[in-house]
Amino acid sequence: MSDQRIRFYQTGTFTVGNRLLDPSDRAVQASTARANALTSGHRACQGCGEALGARYVLDAAMRATGNQLIAVNATGCLEVFTTPSPETAWQLPWLHSLFGNAAAVATGVAAAMRVKGKPVRVIAQGGDGGTTDIGFGCLSGMFERNDDVLYVCYDNEGYMNTGVQRSSATPPTARTATTPAMGPERGNVFGTGKSLPLLAMAHNLPYVATATVADLHDLEAKVTCAMGIHGARYLHVLVPCPLGWGHPTDETIRMARLAAECGLFPVFEAVDGEVVSSTPIRRRVPVEAYLRGQKRFAHLFDGPTPDPRIARLQALADQNIRRFRLQPEVTP
Amino acid sequence: MLKQLECSRAIAEVIARCRPEVICAYPITPQTHIVEALSELCRTGELAPCEYINVESETSALSVAVGASAAGARAYTATASQGLLHMAEVVYNAAGLGLPIVMTLGNRALGAPINIWNDHSDAMALKDAGWIQLFARDSQEAVDLHILAFRLAEELSIPVMVCVDGFVLTHSVEPLDVPSQEQVDRFLPPYHPVQVLDVSDPVSIGAMVGPEAYTEVRYLAHHKQQRALERLPELAAELAVILGRTSGALLHPYRLDDAETIVVAMGSVTGTIEVAIDELRATGLAIGAIALCAFRPFPLVELAQALAPAKRVIVIERSLAPGLGGALASNVRMALQGGAIPVRTVIAGLGGRPITRVSLRRLFTSAAQDALDDLTFLDLDTGAIDRELARWGDQRRSGPSAENLLRDTRRPR
Ligand SMILES: Cc1ncc(C[n+]2csc(CCOP(=O)(O)OP(=O)(O)O)c2C)c(N)n1
Ligand code: SF4
Ligand SMILES: [Mg+2]
Repeated sequence: MSDQRIRFYQTGTFTVGNRLLDPSDRAVQASTARANALTSGHRACQGCGEALGARYVLDAAMRATGNQLIAVNATGCLEVFTTPSPETAWQLPWLHSLFGNAAAVATGVAAAMRVKGKPVRVIAQGGDGGTTDIGFGCLSGMFERNDDVLYVCYDNEGYMNTGVQRSSATPPTARTATTPAMGPERGNVFGTGKSLPLLAMAHNLPYVATATVADLHDLEAKVTCAMGIHGARYLHVLVPCPLGWGHPTDETIRMARLAAECGLFPVFEAVDGEVVSSTPIRRRVPVEAYLRGQKRFAHLFDGPTPDPRIARLQALADQNIRRFRLQPEVTP
Repeated sequence: MLKQLECSRAIAEVIARCRPEVICAYPITPQTHIVEALSELCRTGELAPCEYINVESETSALSVAVGASAAGARAYTATASQGLLHMAEVVYNAAGLGLPIVMTLGNRALGAPINIWNDHSDAMALKDAGWIQLFARDSQEAVDLHILAFRLAEELSIPVMVCVDGFVLTHSVEPLDVPSQEQVDRFLPPYHPVQVLDVSDPVSIGAMVGPEAYTEVRYLAHHKQQRALERLPELAAELAVILGRTSGALLHPYRLDDAETIVVAMGSVTGTIEVAIDELRATGLAIGAIALCAFRPFPLVELAQALAPAKRVIVIERSLAPGLGGALASNVRMALQGGAIPVRTVIAGLGGRPITRVSLRRLFTSAAQDALDDLTFLDLDTGAIDRELARWGDQRRSGPSAENLLRDTRRPR
């Protein structure tokens, strides 16, 4: 579904050589004609993955729709850091109502556009908490009715805006303010949580995809693809949060890449409830390489011997790799 | 033209003539007949263009209306009771955003204990959410208030809740006049929003506001309600010319001339009260009544003026504020502050208990003799209460009270 993947990776780095591409293949962000839907001056932390992801998503959607786009935002970091009233970083019509109702509000906007015969498209967006937890009822309703909305979840694996608490997207063992690294089982426990992309697929949506801010070209392509389809669509973007994860602010993209390359965050696309493609892992790394860079996992490494739970996380990554065929050359 | 109609059906028909563009609904008794009829009108194309959306909860019902309204569409929904509480967060949000949504509330009690019958607990629970709340005294007014609601809402950019007593009004069948399309169009112009999500002129709606401006934003919410105090009577007068009948007002006075005792109430109980008053007037008792139509905004001045000649005021309260008494009575006292007129609260008709003419006559008679306590529960079964209190005293594990009381009332004595 994504565009043809052209590999111009420069030697020794993972940077996609935009300059080397045909202009029509270049990233939306590479164009001076980009919408800058989320413009500079907002108050996100340095290195915020969510700000990066949202900018790419919205600009790609603006280009795909010829700027005929309205955004509905759930409460959360993205909402708060973009609209320190009376300032706003949004250059497109933007509406924030509540934490848990963005999908339903977007349904209302889409209904208004349809009844008025306006060819304007709608994006709803929120954090993982607003999507997988409090907003899930509204979201599932929007999915089930197949309303013409693209819902984008910016997953930083916790309630960041309220000070980094656990959500149902927080991975096992991660330390948050409500799963402290204390007691017999430090951090978040195993056997909990849910996969929103899989739940979205269970609604038989015409399009479900995951992406990370490590592969922004891929992210843009998936947004473009999603905006070419009508009905309920879901895009789940992994957006590392330096504040909540405890990694240096210049490591956001590397963390996103490691999450995908170790297998913990599978990058794939699904159509009508079936996985149709997944992004192969180019250079597989053990989960430890991903975990070590983040303070939220520091307690896994402070003992004299390796914490056995690292192996359990590795097993989860291995399962993803099998399930989503992230290493096609390795037969399961 | 008068037609034999169920009130809910007539409300649906008048809503259709108000040309809503987005209707979202989630079923709850006693609101269901309204949204069922509207779905029919949308399916047959009688109401077009209109998007009818079956949502998965009341939170979504009102959220869809929020999105539609902010995008410039005329939006309508209806709910009751638990449904209103379920959407409570959005109720405040819609008002805070200043979105002129119209919602019918089929007034119903709140659980626990779960109870589908009529009282005003739901409306009172959200009385300060920033919505205008209008109470219909009869089915015809319930119909007409909706036209008024859309006009008022859109003029002031504020949501309006039309409160219609569940079953007593929503399900009653009587000759009703549904204003014609031509009459509605004459009164209700197309919706021109004061703020709108428009790709050619992007705005951000719903931004965070800190201490530097929050008070001012809230002040404006109050200001709109004050404007509604002025506009509601003017618009009602305008509508009366078109319809040839009076519907909607801040308050409806009844036989207030030289009344020493004045009864204040809201909603359908007004009819029974008026009959009881007629009977007592015939015996020479100087008694009258006021039916409040506008509960929010609360007509403090107008009510104080109307009550000024009274020696005593009795408030018939269709909900209970446990630990205090009643919300309506507190507001009536506020209107009378500083004066010497005593206000007696009477909790009546909770969870659909009938308020009979006989009980009212007895109540008003003893009120006229100043024999009422500050707080009275009309037709309270004190025997049942005593027995349950005794159980509480006898044993720690006395069990669920509601079930005990039910068992008690059904046991032959
Ligand atoms: C009904 C309700 N409950 C709780 C909150 C508090 N709250 C605001 S933002 C937020 C966290 C948002 O987390 P997430 O959706 O993951 O977005 P993030 O900030 O992480 O990007 C919470 C808990 C709220 N605003 N409304
Ligand atoms: S806390 Fe995290 S998600 Fe929120 S602005 Fe900072 S970096 Fe971004
Ligand atoms: Mg989050």
